[in-house]
Amino acid sequence: MSFRTDSGSVQAVDSVSLTVDAGETLAIVGESGSGKSVTALSILRLLADTASIDRGTIHFEGQNLAELSESDIRAIRGNRIAMIFQEPMSSLNPVLTIGAQVAEPIRIHRGLNKKAARQQVVELLRRVSIPDAELRLHDYPHHFSGGMRQRVMIAMALACEPNLIIADEPTTALDVTVQAQILALLKNVTKAERSGLILITHDLGVVARYADKVAVMYAGRIVELASARDLYKNPQHPYTQGLMASIPGLGGAPGSRLSSIAGQPPNLDNLPPGCAFAPRCQYARECCSESKPALQSVAENHQRACFGYE
Amino acid sequence: MSEIQQQQHSAAVVHSEPLLRVENLKVHFPVNEGIFMPRQVAAIKAVDGISLEINAGETFSIVGESGCGKSTTALALLRMQALTAGSIFFKGEDISHYQGSELRAIRHRIQMIYQDPYSSLDPRMKVLDLIGEPLVVHSLTANKEQYIKRVQELMDMVGLRPEMIDRYPHEFSGGQRQRIGIARALALSPELLICDEPVSALDVSIQAQVVNLLMDLQQRLGLTYLFIAHDLSVVRHISTRVAVMYLGKIVEVASRDELFDNPRHPYTKALLNAVPLPDPELEAAREDNLIVGEVPSARNPPSGCRFHPRCDQAMAQCSSREPQLVALTESRQVSCHLFN
Repeated sequence: MSFRTDSGSVQAVDSVSLTVDAGETLAIVGESGSGKSVTALSILRLLADTASIDRGTIHFEGQNLAELSESDIRAIRGNRIAMIFQEPMSSLNPVLTIGAQVAEPIRIHRGLNKKAARQQVVELLRRVSIPDAELRLHDYPHHFSGGMRQRVMIAMALACEPNLIIADEPTTALDVTVQAQILALLKNVTKAERSGLILITHDLGVVARYADKVAVMYAGRIVELASARDLYKNPQHPYTQGLMASIPGLGGAPGSRLSSIAGQPPNLDNLPPGCAFAPRCQYARECCSESKPALQSVAENHQRACFGYE
Repeated sequence: MSEIQQQQHSAAVVHSEPLLRVENLKVHFPVNEGIFMPRQVAAIKAVDGISLEINAGETFSIVGESGCGKSTTALALLRMQALTAGSIFFKGEDISHYQGSELRAIRHRIQMIYQDPYSSLDPRMKVLDLIGEPLVVHSLTANKEQYIKRVQELMDMVGLRPEMIDRYPHEFSGGQRQRIGIARALALSPELLICDEPVSALDVSIQAQVVNLLMDLQQRLGLTYLFIAHDLSVVRHISTRVAVMYLGKIVEVASRDELFDNPRHPYTKALLNAVPLPDPELEAAREDNLIVGEVPSARNPPSGCRFHPRCDQAMAQCSSREPQLVALTESRQVSCHLFN
């Protein structure tokens, strides 16, 4: 997956392989620029024209999404796979009523008329715990608070009973008490419907509370993939270890020095030839700067991309 | 608690004057209506009667959700926001009505670090002038040589290479920009540093570097911090004492361990409960006790205790009578009818 830019082609995501099962929550974690959002957007082929998927396949219910025509992928977006974005203020249309916006996916994909869709919309808004759903159909997004808007986004995502929901930092713009409500809601509805959930976040606390499986990304590649329990108990990649150690609370007693990862994440248009983490890695050896390590199993359901440091 | 006990407690605190003391601080923003003859129809009570004390050398944190008034409090303490009522004492000196040169002298001793290192630095200024500007404003440099030397010293202090003195902000990463902001705040050798969400715009691994830097500087320079944040794990790491704000009021103040190990106010409990812990096993063992609803508008706050519509322990008197902040122990104050 690469972007064309003025200074040549930038590879934003490199050889990422993931699976999500029905009813499972996969978290993709990483810092800014690690490629987590680009990975999610490329699943639904929502990237700008300057982006291209160079290699790879995206299998969803037996279809390869990477090769579908534009009209075929549109039949899947918002229908079989739904997306929830970070900023609920900018992802809702300010001049349409909430009712009309939540009805849109149902009307497009199910071909229902206004009246029939309306009943379903009320039902959906109730499911995401919006009080007085019938009255609020006629409200506009600016009448709603941030948390309520994100509930509306979730109602829209649920409208066609999708089998996969992709949530890109769904609660980053919200306060903690509201964040907890929204994530619990998202987790409960996906469990009840047995749909898969891909949760993109930078917050390792959110991952610990809600994810079953975790992929850690660094500079466009997955460096570690494991169940949430294994990842926190026994992180295997030096980057994951560094990340965990730099969280206050995990990294030592209050007031002690936090361990931090020296240096900065690399620039994607100037990646080192070998492992992208090698320049910041305390265990780096000669081979690390020569070739890129592949993702390999270290234990059952636990993979890392590292040449090893024992 | 009886009045006598309260008096005894406040007598115990008075014996040494804190670095900063705030009494009944209020900041209200008028809401006007009418185009030709605007008149005030309401007020947003962003900060509505808070009192606090910050001791020299400690890190005092204010936590709370957006709109609770924590940043407005910070601006009011620096006198960058007009006070509606209340007094601010810096080392016993009432600074709440200072103007002009007196005010400038106080700002010399109280400085601020801002949240967003991308928008708080002028993109057309070089690092030299970004860090050195306060020295010029307060006429503290004799000549160019001395000026450059002092800026290089400051850069070294915050972990920036002095060779980078002629660069512009866009050449730096987020973490380095925040270091520039810190160096700028330190230029005048202040005693109190107000840090408004200093690490929330940074990635986790960079955040740790800046938190370490802040702790090192405190030790080396004997600084006092007022730390404003919504990330409770950072607050727990860095604070001596913590105040929790809700809709313009302080609901609980306690030493760090008391607050985090044994929160008493129902809102403090709810807030701590809402924060996910970075450990799946602890998370699985935790009871799912989520707070309902959202923070109401400060224009029309609930009657009585402002938290009562969301509180699972609300009693009849909570909606009619406003609780006062009272001392539960020597190091803890709570504003809740459950403890009265």
